[in-house]
Amino acid sequence: MAAKRVDPAANAAAFLDQDDIHEPAHDQNLWAARMKRDAAAKAIPEWEELRNIASQIKEHTLTHLDQYLEQFEANATKRGAKIYWARDAAEHNQHVWNILNERKISSIIKSKSMLQEECGMTQFLETRGITVTESDLGERIQQLDNQPPSHIVMPAIHKTPADIAKIFSKAIGTDPDNTDPHYLNEAMREDARKRFLQAGAGMTGANFAIAETGTFVVCTNEGNADIGAAVPRVHIASIGIEKILPKVTDLGIFIRLLSRSALGTLATQYTSHFSGPRKGGELHIIITDNGRSKRLGMDDFWHSLKCIRCGACMNTCPVYRRSGGLSYGATYSGPIGIILDPTFDESKYSELPYHSTLCGSCTDVCPVKIDISDQILRWRKVMAEKKYLPISRRLAFTAAGRIFERPTLFHGVETVASAALKITPHFLLYNRALNPWGRHRELPHFAKQTFREWFMQYKLKNQEDKQQP
Amino acid sequence: MNPREQIFDAVRNHLPAEKIDYPQIPVFQKTITELLPAFEERLLEAGATFFLPADLKEAQQLLVQQHGGGSVICSATPDIKGNRDIRKVKNPHELADVDVGVIRASFGVAENGMVWLTEEDLVVNALGFLSQHLVILLKPTALVADMYDAYVKVSLEDTAYGCFMMGPSATADIGAVLVHGAQGARSLSVYLV
Repeated sequence: MAAKRVDPAANAAAFLDQDDIHEPAHDQNLWAARMKRDAAAKAIPEWEELRNIASQIKEHTLTHLDQYLEQFEANATKRGAKIYWARDAAEHNQHVWNILNERKISSIIKSKSMLQEECGMTQFLETRGITVTESDLGERIQQLDNQPPSHIVMPAIHKTPADIAKIFSKAIGTDPDNTDPHYLNEAMREDARKRFLQAGAGMTGANFAIAETGTFVVCTNEGNADIGAAVPRVHIASIGIEKILPKVTDLGIFIRLLSRSALGTLATQYTSHFSGPRKGGELHIIITDNGRSKRLGMDDFWHSLKCIRCGACMNTCPVYRRSGGLSYGATYSGPIGIILDPTFDESKYSELPYHSTLCGSCTDVCPVKIDISDQILRWRKVMAEKKYLPISRRLAFTAAGRIFERPTLFHGVETVASAALKITPHFLLYNRALNPWGRHRELPHFAKQTFREWFMQYKLKNQEDKQQP
Repeated sequence: MNPREQIFDAVRNHLPAEKIDYPQIPVFQKTITELLPAFEERLLEAGATFFLPADLKEAQQLLVQQHGGGSVICSATPDIKGNRDIRKVKNPHELADVDVGVIRASFGVAENGMVWLTEEDLVVNALGFLSQHLVILLKPTALVADMYDAYVKVSLEDTAYGCFMMGPSATADIGAVLVHGAQGARSLSVYLV
């Protein structure tokens, strides 16, 4: 059975309409990150050159991906890691389960991994009796609220401290009225500590994987990935095949770009390099395809594989900031989500390419120069060609096509629309339920005359003038 | 074909036709000339603090002064004495009650205030993350300007684990408010000695 089509506009309306607190706070917090990103970028004279180089290194790696994957595998194996290959989410999850089951491990602590989200790993393991604890604070909040992350690097950014105080009071017995982030953080730190010490395995993702040395790099601000890797005996890492970089020195470029683009900070607090199992420990690396090789073969879309998951495109996107990440109904939200999600399910995510103004800001801030807005437009073309458009939009476009084809009809409609707007009551145009987008926007005023009316009048007058002796 | 071969097959069949060359990477002009003051400034920005003890004896006194006598102090460096012997630790869980971890870093990065810690420096990796507070010893001359130089200096071939640590643990996941001490160390002091 085909998955139900996601309706991002309706989801966004729900986010906008819940109150007058969430959407403005969300918008402000993300815009603040965008401003910090600009300041951090400006402080590096070679910033634009770095973006070019990073883009080219990624393109080079992706066009030679088989060689670099082999090199990574050989070097990581030599250093004592055990490598597993997973074609899809099911194989990925099965590998994890086998590793845990063989060792009779019943609880794990994990840091943030978009790939593990993509694979639905937590749910898979929970149905098999494994206790899974997210250790990133934002991810933990989302886990306790039974929601996926709404942002790649700020998973709970759509929630207010008051929301989080409520969730924590239910889950770990904090004071529901105390919304102080320091207090809430401290309470969760205490709760997570016990779980770190009880866990039989720690799981991480990876930001980069270095072919030259078989190393993978994990960036966090909390140090949670490092605790997970350093305390339990078993470390399992999930790595997408597109995470490869050729050389160690490439990291000099990518680490400079990553956190500056994400949050405007000079780096994450922890940039950790795993080149083998720690003393007395085990290291398992699951290299996962899950649709990436197919994407590599898509002429129009393979550049999306360059993504380093910084979230800059989300922070800058006027639609994302207003509608919240959950409105995309997918693992990846925001502009990058619009171009990644349809590669997993075209029908389910066929509406996403329309959840954009095509303003191009995402393309401008992307640290690896993915042509995100162009790809969004190309996805619209795909959706139209495959007739994924919802009936209402298809009829509207067909009607528009007919009207534009016939000049007389167009002129008539133009005048009527202008007149209709004059008499349409304000409450109808700006009604929250009917048109949530109209809430903070005024429609442009129609000119008193259409251009054609003005031109005909002018032409007539001109002819009259000429006729005068 | 096994899954590994199938993935390689799929990748090879889908490789873009046009091969992109690895780019020429220029040597960028250094923007930082005075490494130590830049490093100190960036440490503060990252939420860390720094001290300039005259010698190791003074560093030892500073540690007691900073963290009191009743703390569990575990030192991974022979330069500072603690009261928990890291060489006797068999299992990382034994470090769960450590108040202060003391580690000597081999170098720091002026661009951002990072210090480089390897498995050999930490002795037991968990010391860097279970300790409530960290004291990092660093020679004030052991600095590189930026990440380009830093990645020339690390030798990932020689260690199973290495971490660039930039100040204490941090989060802004609740209301975008910066809080230190999310999961890792609550504070990080660098003793430049």
